[in-house]
Amino acid sequence: MNETIRNLLAKVGGLPVAADGLADEADLYAAGLSSFASVQLMLGLEEAFDIEFPDSLLNRKSFASIAAIEKTVATILSSQKAA
Amino acid sequence: MNAHVKTPVASVSERIARAAAVAARYADDVDQKGRFPAEAMQALKDERLMGVQIPVELGGEDTPIAEIAELCSILGQACGSTAMIFAMHHIKLSSLVEHGMGAEWHRGFMRRIADEQLLLGSATTEGGIGGNLRNSICAIEVEGDICRLEKEATVISYGVQSDAILITSRAHKDAASSDQVMTVFLKDQYTLEKTHGWDTLGMRGTCSEGFLFKGEAPAEQIIPEPFAEIAAHSMLAMAHLLWSALWYGIAVDAVHRAQAFVRAAARKSPGQTPPGALRLAEISGKLQMIKTDIIHGVRQYEEIRRNPESLTMGFLIAMNNTKLSTSTAIIDIVGQTLLINGIMGFKNDTPFSVGRHLRDAYSAQLQISNERILMNQSTMLLVNKQDMSLLG
Repeated sequence: MNETIRNLLAKVGGLPVAADGLADEADLYAAGLSSFASVQLMLGLEEAFDIEFPDSLLNRKSFASIAAIEKTVATILSSQKAA
Repeated sequence: MNAHVKTPVASVSERIARAAAVAARYADDVDQKGRFPAEAMQALKDERLMGVQIPVELGGEDTPIAEIAELCSILGQACGSTAMIFAMHHIKLSSLVEHGMGAEWHRGFMRRIADEQLLLGSATTEGGIGGNLRNSICAIEVEGDICRLEKEATVISYGVQSDAILITSRAHKDAASSDQVMTVFLKDQYTLEKTHGWDTLGMRGTCSEGFLFKGEAPAEQIIPEPFAEIAAHSMLAMAHLLWSALWYGIAVDAVHRAQAFVRAAARKSPGQTPPGALRLAEISGKLQMIKTDIIHGVRQYEEIRRNPESLTMGFLIAMNNTKLSTSTAIIDIVGQTLLINGIMGFKNDTPFSVGRHLRDAYSAQLQISNERILMNQSTMLLVNKQDMSLLG
């Protein structure tokens, strides 16, 4: 999952720095993730993991770092399994 | 320190009524000359309305956002420019109230605002980035305890008259353009070199001139929270709601004038419905829609203030929608009042004049361009799911 997120980030994140060099906990907004790019990232994640983000998880915190994204995606995947 | 602060005895509504009367008296002169509404702003200071949003513990009155919106609407009925200046001041103040309570310098500054009734200005626009306030080119330089900033601020509303300016920049020289901070500079800590004038169609009294800003201040004056958080949590909502409230005020006053015109006509020819009456009925409904929308928006924002964790994209979309619909609807509403009042509305010196209202109303779609907001909305709606509830 971490690799998929990093690939997407490199493709649509529009960051001025290389996504490979980012630590899992690094603040993506400080790294230059714009709100437009974060939406593109969400769309990419929805496609890659066949999930839909509920409105309650569409906030800045859910996408603040690679680790936060992993957690967000994992939460949705487990709730989809349970359903 | 607060011993000499006089505690206002009169209610907020009595005080705003007095200040609005002053604003109304000078509104046409302010508009014609494109000058700062000095008398009205002094009245607002005299009535001690500049610091009402600040918590009681720091010398304010803890006035809820809904009431501040009402103040903006009342001023909007009197003078659009005064209302806009008052709204922008309270939007800046909300950044301190919401994000500066944990910082000693900012707490002290809020005490000063309440005590001395300081006017806060805003410098978020910059040459080279268009109107996208979530990007900066300039960067703040911190050297030891001192911070320095130079910004080509293409718009600083009432920059000359501000007692302090809250200004955005990149967080440091290597920061990405969206990695921003907001810093408070006091009047004696910066210079403004005028670069652009303000001779406009409407909102002529806001004096939103352009300047080259150069400031130096203690680094502790940088608001600790990233500007991205400030923008998402308080600034966007406060701006859209307070602006919408004052725009509603402009429209309400125009409708009030149109109603007076129709009633006068009805009295002159009893038994006949005057020609403007139907149009008046139509815009009354449109006015009600924007009023309801703004009140609903204020309630949503108050919920977010109580529970910041509940902030989602859906909330940002809702705030943007309120701005988009209010700014569009008022042009239609005020335009219709001109049709109702006819030549008496077109003339600038009758009790039914609505020219200033119409010209002021046209600024609403541009103050954060609706085109840009629609672009952001369309992006967010790619992932945000439509709220299907009626009451939620």
